[in-house]
Amino acid sequence: MTPSLEPYLISNLATLCLLVGLAFIVRVVRRSRLWSEAATSLWRRRRLALCVLGVYFAIALLDSVAWKGGVPEDAVGVLPNAPYSAIDRIFLGSSESSYSAPFAEVEFYGGRPLRYPGAHPLGTDIIGRDVLFMALKGARVALLIGALTSLIAIPLALMFGVGAGYFGGRFDDFVFFLISTLASMPGLLLLIALIMAMGRGTLSVCVALGVTSWVGFCRLSRAETLKLRELDYVRAARVLGVSELGIIFRHILPNLAHLIVITFVLMFSGLVLSEAVLSWLGIGVEGSWGQMIDGARNELSREPIVWWNIAAAGSALFALILAVNAVGDAVRDVLDPRTLRDAP
Amino acid sequence: MSRLLEIRDLRTSFPGERGRGPQARVHVVDGVSFDLDRGEVLALVGESGSGKSITALSALRLVPKPGRVVSGEVRFEGRNLLELSVGEMRRIRGKRIAMIFQEPMTALNPVLRVGDQVVEAIQLHEPVSRAVARDRVRALFAEVGIPDPEDRLDAYPHQLSGGLKQRVMIAMALSTRPEILIADEPTTALDVTIQAQILGLLRNLQRDRGTAILLITHDLGIVNELADRVAVMYAGRLVELAPRTQLFSNPLHPYTRGLLASIPALATPGARLHEIPGVVPSAGHWPTGCRFAPRCSERFEPCEAQDPAEATREGGRRVYCHLIAPSASGAASGATSALVRPHHKGGR
Repeated sequence: MTPSLEPYLISNLATLCLLVGLAFIVRVVRRSRLWSEAATSLWRRRRLALCVLGVYFAIALLDSVAWKGGVPEDAVGVLPNAPYSAIDRIFLGSSESSYSAPFAEVEFYGGRPLRYPGAHPLGTDIIGRDVLFMALKGARVALLIGALTSLIAIPLALMFGVGAGYFGGRFDDFVFFLISTLASMPGLLLLIALIMAMGRGTLSVCVALGVTSWVGFCRLSRAETLKLRELDYVRAARVLGVSELGIIFRHILPNLAHLIVITFVLMFSGLVLSEAVLSWLGIGVEGSWGQMIDGARNELSREPIVWWNIAAAGSALFALILAVNAVGDAVRDVLDPRTLRDAP
Repeated sequence: MSRLLEIRDLRTSFPGERGRGPQARVHVVDGVSFDLDRGEVLALVGESGSGKSITALSALRLVPKPGRVVSGEVRFEGRNLLELSVGEMRRIRGKRIAMIFQEPMTALNPVLRVGDQVVEAIQLHEPVSRAVARDRVRALFAEVGIPDPEDRLDAYPHQLSGGLKQRVMIAMALSTRPEILIADEPTTALDVTIQAQILGLLRNLQRDRGTAILLITHDLGIVNELADRVAVMYAGRLVELAPRTQLFSNPLHPYTRGLLASIPALATPGARLHEIPGVVPSAGHWPTGCRFAPRCSERFEPCEAQDPAEATREGGRRVYCHLIAPSASGAASGATSALVRPHHKGGR
């Protein structure tokens, strides 16, 4: 295996690209009055939710950068030649051999002394892994699923929806055939079939979720395009001699922007939740909160009850989705020109 | 005077109610011909559904689907626009022939600054830099009477009033110095005082720049203020085309007479306002022969049987009515309406 193809390097590279992209967006936002005003207004409305999102994002970034070497070779369960991310390194070798309650000094069953007494704020799971560590690892998976799937589904929906609405005719018929076909199949079965066909893994889960979730937004964008197409400014653009693609990119898509934002946010939280469902069915993504919840299913019937595993995964999921929805709501208020206030 | 735009026997059709067969198509514009000279204002007048907007859109080849131009010619400086390629047509639209719409509220993209929208219109047709285009827009805004043009450049449409938006639209239409401006009911959606301002603006622009204006309206008051010549349309056909003064002083077609008699300002104060009985038949339900015949108080046998022939009079005047003798020869010209009276009485 050549070093350039190793997954951890790809992940590092992707993180770098993400950061560069982010810096570019920040620069654009700072230069434009409209966008910087929108950003300020967004910050004023949803400080807490944005902070929560920031924390999740930071954790995901720290978990995306990995490198080799520099690990204590004598620690339990540590492979000296494997790449470890920044988050991994914090918790490296901190595992126990079985359940431990939060901040416990001894094992939950049996009462044998722990290797690191009092060092697990959220306890450990059945094979002694730190639950806080696993909950933190889940952030990257959740953000990856939400973002990657939206990046697949939204352009797909826009391409078909705007195309069908704008050009109509045969293409519209074709898109409607596609939509009806997809809508006539039970979503979950199609999802499972797609994942089985493509093989398990993060990318195939994202593609499968994307393919099954673009239909709703496609209908919405088609309907909205049908409305926009007949508006005078689109007709005026046509009279001015603007090309069809020019009209779509300059006049139709910007006027769909608020729909795109709202859909992205609603989809994002919905997708993270769908992944939890898939994990519960045993075909989710490795290391997700859904898998933690799935693994904790039987622990709730133990005596005494093991609650910290499901509580950690559930709260992490809940907080992320609440924050995303709150921010999305505010973004729509800020960006929609119909709710935009006059500049003072 | 050279002919800038010649429309010959234009026919535009839409699918009828029953299916998609070619026989079922309805001719919404049915054999309309007229010319537009340089620097002239021609008003296209008619009730709703008479086909005046579709006539203008046909000339630009922008008939909304599933409608299409079936036959005829639209010659712009001698070239038939209906035979040009899509790319050639796009270079003419906006650059040589521009159009403004009835509803200024929706005619500007709400998410773009108005200045940028006009800048883009200029850059679409001319290879000028943004800064140069912006300077031109500033001058244009001043020319169309927008106060504080510098500030308005960066305004969004929702920050402007209806009158200002319509001025921006006019500025955008004029930004590439077109030879023809098609104004589709440019003042219908505006307050009366703003209407007067916009009409004054259009008149000044036409005088200063020599832009020909094809004015589409149903408001004869606007026609009287602005037009040089008037083409009256009814049910997809031209019924009368005449210089404005002649049309208002001596309308020949019964429909034109009815329209003029319906204007409150011209009617006797206190008297009951004239109305034309009935409504315009909808497209596809047009009668044979003269289409106005069922509502015409002066109809006689030939009206419902055959299409009226074209009658020409001096000054390029054209009328389509069985009451009007086709040739301009003899005593018929001039005192036509007096002459047709006995004829019409005989018909009853």
